[in-house]
Amino acid sequence: MANELTKPEELRIGVFVCECGLNIAGTIDCAAVSEYARTLDDVAVVVQNKYTCADPGQNEIKKAIREHNLNRVVVASCTPKIHEPTFRECVADAGLNPYLFEMVNIREQCSWVHQNEKEKATEKAKDLIRSGVARARVLEAQTEAVVPITKAALVVGGGIAGIQAALDLADGGHQVYLVEKEPTIGGIMAALDKTYPTMDCSI
Amino acid sequence: MMDVGRHPRIELMTFSEVESVTGYVGNFQVTVRKKARYVDASECTACAECSKVCPVAVPDEYQQGFSSRKAIYLPFPQAVPSAYILNMENCLGNNPIACGKCAEVCEKKCINYDDQDELVKIEVGVIITATGMQVYDPTEYDEYGYTRYENVITSMEFERLICAGGPTEGHFIRPSDRRAPQTIGFIQCVGSRSRDGRGNPYCSNICCMNTVKDTLLLCDHYPGIEAKVFYMDIRAFGKGFEDLYMRSKEEGVRYIRGIPGEVIENPDTRNLTLTVENTTTGRLEKHELEMIVLSQGVIPRQDGDSIRKLLTLSTTSDGFIMESHPKLKPVDAPTRGIYLAGCVESPKDVKDSVTQASAAAARASILLNAGKTKVEAITSQIDTDKCNYCGICAKVCPYNAILAPDRKAEKAPIIIQAACAGCGACAAECPQDAITMRHFTDEQMMAQIEAILEVEPHKHLLTFACNWCSYAGGDDAGTARLQYPTTCRLIRTMCSGRVDEKFVWHAFRLGAPIVLVSGCHFSDCHYISAVRWTQKRMDRMWNKLDKLGIRPERLRLEWISAAEGQKFAKVMREIEDAVKAVTTEEIEFTMKVLAEEEAKNKAKKEKRKAKAAAEVTA
Repeated sequence: MANELTKPEELRIGVFVCECGLNIAGTIDCAAVSEYARTLDDVAVVVQNKYTCADPGQNEIKKAIREHNLNRVVVASCTPKIHEPTFRECVADAGLNPYLFEMVNIREQCSWVHQNEKEKATEKAKDLIRSGVARARVLEAQTEAVVPITKAALVVGGGIAGIQAALDLADGGHQVYLVEKEPTIGGIMAALDKTYPTMDCSI
Repeated sequence: MMDVGRHPRIELMTFSEVESVTGYVGNFQVTVRKKARYVDASECTACAECSKVCPVAVPDEYQQGFSSRKAIYLPFPQAVPSAYILNMENCLGNNPIACGKCAEVCEKKCINYDDQDELVKIEVGVIITATGMQVYDPTEYDEYGYTRYENVITSMEFERLICAGGPTEGHFIRPSDRRAPQTIGFIQCVGSRSRDGRGNPYCSNICCMNTVKDTLLLCDHYPGIEAKVFYMDIRAFGKGFEDLYMRSKEEGVRYIRGIPGEVIENPDTRNLTLTVENTTTGRLEKHELEMIVLSQGVIPRQDGDSIRKLLTLSTTSDGFIMESHPKLKPVDAPTRGIYLAGCVESPKDVKDSVTQASAAAARASILLNAGKTKVEAITSQIDTDKCNYCGICAKVCPYNAILAPDRKAEKAPIIIQAACAGCGACAAECPQDAITMRHFTDEQMMAQIEAILEVEPHKHLLTFACNWCSYAGGDDAGTARLQYPTTCRLIRTMCSGRVDEKFVWHAFRLGAPIVLVSGCHFSDCHYISAVRWTQKRMDRMWNKLDKLGIRPERLRLEWISAAEGQKFAKVMREIEDAVKAVTTEEIEFTMKVLAEEEAKNKAKKEKRKAKAAAEVTA
């Protein structure tokens, strides 16, 4: 048993190449990229999807994790700013620690900015995936801390937006602090006569 | 407004400013400065006796200076709280008391000349930023004569002149002779959609419809009035807007396509002659008008920098606050737990402001209702065995999340996990490599560098980009489909402050022709000031490169914000030639010099270790 624990885990990496419709596939040769990913060490499975973020794409990831006993997942698609949380949740659903997931951006920073250099863009995508896989190999599982939320809100600014936000939150049962720089709330709107489209009074 | 004043769950703090914000999602500690009002707002009954006896008269800001107010005053009749305020800058003075009349007549005795600012500490889980905008000052459009001709006014001034609560009680008159004008012109896009360096290039969103509204008010109050609107495009895109525009036209308002080039006043009649190229007819026209309203645009608050920095928010190129994602997270700030509402995010009308405010409140409620949230496990951890108590990490941390070590007591620094925001500057600065940045470890970073430079390293531009600005700037270039050379191979870090010297040396050792480090502008740094350590480290590395006989230009530093896709693409285009200009000999020389240097350092370290071991055994 002790031996089992100390033995380094065998790496089994799944690489998922997203076409994003034609957003990626219109520039990058996704089949060639997938083929390349298969040649990388420790890569157990490579799947090419039309839309990896959609349910069928996510199901493929979950299925592959189960079938191939994957312990790392690399998705090559869009910017992590959009779908990193999506895929982290997806791999967690399949029982993999979300920090064992790595995202490679081959859309915003590859296919979309090299639309006229298809071959070179494909080579770049391969390099980026190689880098993502290299990182994935040494990723470590992490536990996220759960922090409590203080049940109160601060609204900075007492114009129409601040007033509305404060009222909504307070009506919803939350304590609100509304901080306004001027001696009165109302902001710019209070200085208006009528407002469109209803042509009624502003105050 | 009244609802806010009497809501049991809203604590209203007017004449107050946020002084400091610390903490993180769900756990913000905020200090608010309640400025001295000199009138006890809870006691004041707004009886107005104080104001009656006050001998000081100054222009009334609320009435756009068309009338005066006293030094002690109520901003406007419906003000919330309904309490007077004493403006000490206007007051004749109280030390020694020069006047004191207001205090004498105040029955409730709620005027206190010795009132002091008060600092209030509050704890909140979420913050909604709704600091608004300000209107554009058209002074620099000198051809319209705003500062020279009394009868040229702004749209905000129009509001006061047409309002029943205004200085003229709603009798619309022109300032020069207090006569009701029969002809009036509106000039659109003043300070908006401008390409000549004055004003701003963006559309201010609300001015077209505001003018349509103004013309309808005029036609309603003064049937037969002749109103003309000079415009480049009328943007009546919202629900019900086209109807209003059509109604205005049906009322007889003339819409003339063309932005006037000049306004001249007739000194005798004080009438104004406006010259414009009517772009529909192609003719140059002159229009004599009794009054002109400049439809001024909307600009970001010029005093908004302090709150922006306190909340670590960035701006888009127009100066308004940047949202987390322009399409999918339009009311979230990039920092978790902070939301945006109203014109602080972009110019918008009342309905859009209300919509966005409700959206922000709903988003904030998600966290408040959940009562707890997970925070990303991207924090630094210390290996106390490696630590030599130098204390640099504690100095580097922008969040004061590291308790300084005590060398004498051999007490290692302590990293407060909840306070650590994860920039990684401490890990990069630690001379002992005793700090591990979770999810961005040295090992993980090195693995990426090695993988990227495994194939044809001399052809590629290794780029480190910070998550919040430069990486997002790269994304912005992509979204805009800006094309640039394929040379760039990018590695994401949370902050440029994480880019350890050894990453750069390793890249050069592996044959990188150019290494680019990119991060946020100093004022935009998502980690308060971590980016300053990037600058310091770069200076150190440039010096070292110079000493080793390697061109320092091969290590590049660029500040690129999340909104600067254009700049990202430009940098990539410009750097292409620099990458090509690095010769094979140069790269080989660099690899050799750095390998020797590394070997030397290693030997030195071993020697030191052996010495230390010998001392221990002795």
